Amino acid sequence: MGEEVKVFGFWASPYSHRVELALSLKGVPYEYIEEDILKNKSDLLLKYNPIHKKVLVFLYKGKPIVESIVILEYIEETWKANPILPQNLHDKAIDRFWIKFMDDKCLPAIRKATFSPENERETAVEEACECLRTLESALNGKRFFGGDAIGMVDIAANFLTIWLRTIQEATGLEVLSVEKFPDLFKWTDDFISCSVVKESLPPTDKLLSFVKASLSQ
Amino acid sequence: MEEEVKLHGMWASPFSRRVELALKLKAIPYQYIEEDLSNKTPSLLRYNPVHKKVPVLVHNDKPVAESMVIIEYMDETWENNPFLPRDPYERAMARFYAKFIDDKLLPTLAKLGQTAGKEKEETIEEIHEQQKVLEDELKGKQFFGGQRIGYLDIVAMILVWLHLTGSITGQKVLSTEKFPLIYEWIERVMKMEVVNECLIPEEKRQDWIQLAQRAPKSASN
Repeated sequence: MGEEVKVFGFWASPYSHRVELALSLKGVPYEYIEEDILKNKSDLLLKYNPIHKKVLVFLYKGKPIVESIVILEYIEETWKANPILPQNLHDKAIDRFWIKFMDDKCLPAIRKATFSPENERETAVEEACECLRTLESALNGKRFFGGDAIGMVDIAANFLTIWLRTIQEATGLEVLSVEKFPDLFKWTDDFISCSVVKESLPPTDKLLSFVKASLSQ
Repeated sequence: MEEEVKLHGMWASPFSRRVELALKLKAIPYQYIEEDLSNKTPSLLRYNPVHKKVPVLVHNDKPVAESMVIIEYMDETWENNPFLPRDPYERAMARFYAKFIDDKLLPTLAKLGQTAGKEKEETIEEIHEQQKVLEDELKGKQFFGGQRIGYLDIVAMILVWLHLTGSITGQKVLSTEKFPLIYEWIERVMKMEVVNECLIPEEKRQDWIQLAQRAPKSASN
């Protein structure tokens, strides 16, 4: 009572997934509350996130935290099992750099390539590919960004797996392919095949329908 | 082991100045390298190949880029005068509001320079709404960090910069009447020597305003 973790999320959101995955990796039990973000945000959500009024909201001991990466850092500091950031301070800084790169550069570039008009698409796709090229260099021969096990950078890169695949399938967009980025593509397979990840992902067919429906609007 | 700390920075960059303030607050001796952004040093390009931007902190030849990543690294490496609170929830709040400043307030301010007329008025309205969020965060506190200057104060220095440039251009973007706590905070931090050392020197402020107007997308993070 009051001790339990609650996650107010949206099933199709990669940001929601980041938090659920981190909690699962650390074996932290939580209650998940599905928010109907398209039609009717709950009063609780608006109470806990008055500034942004968005999913996702993480609630623990009655205190809300928003922004997925802020939540991940909190989870890492609060539950010590299966650390998702390295101990070495410089390595940790490098990981934080890549997480920022993902959110500030990679994901916006992919979003832009997805939605850009015909005449701008080629440039947008090239920019997105440039980001992926840089990101692939961060893998540097490792299985995961976190090394032998999944870390915070891998969790932050979750969008590149089923979400990007679904968008590519729905739109014909090609940014992340096995030919262009073999190491990064292999990473997506390795990531998805981890049992903890597999259990936490939304069903691909449902996601594809959702993405198709969203893009047609 | 002998510590060697270098900072690759640029005088007009608020992000570079953040790191300088952080270094001074922890009294860490460092070597400062002023970068000419039109002619970057080979070292900068080697230390930050992804973005090729300032600031970059180099600690015993290991580089760290991105101002907020640098500040967290510094707080973990040098434990005196901590920037972030101990409590994980308080830390989350500091990070949230810092992100709010960098991801919401700064882009809105950058947009301002590109707008005119009604759109400009609406943008200023947006800035005031964002200012309110920060005003609320100061309630009952001397600094964003509580009794002492901390993580969020360092990030919020942009408000001091805005206040100063507003006095020069006559165009007040920050509403200090509507937000008295922010105004008091600005006055309070400006009395601190260490803060003043990291502000744009008076004689360069006009140059800075012109630079900022020409390049809203700065060459720094």
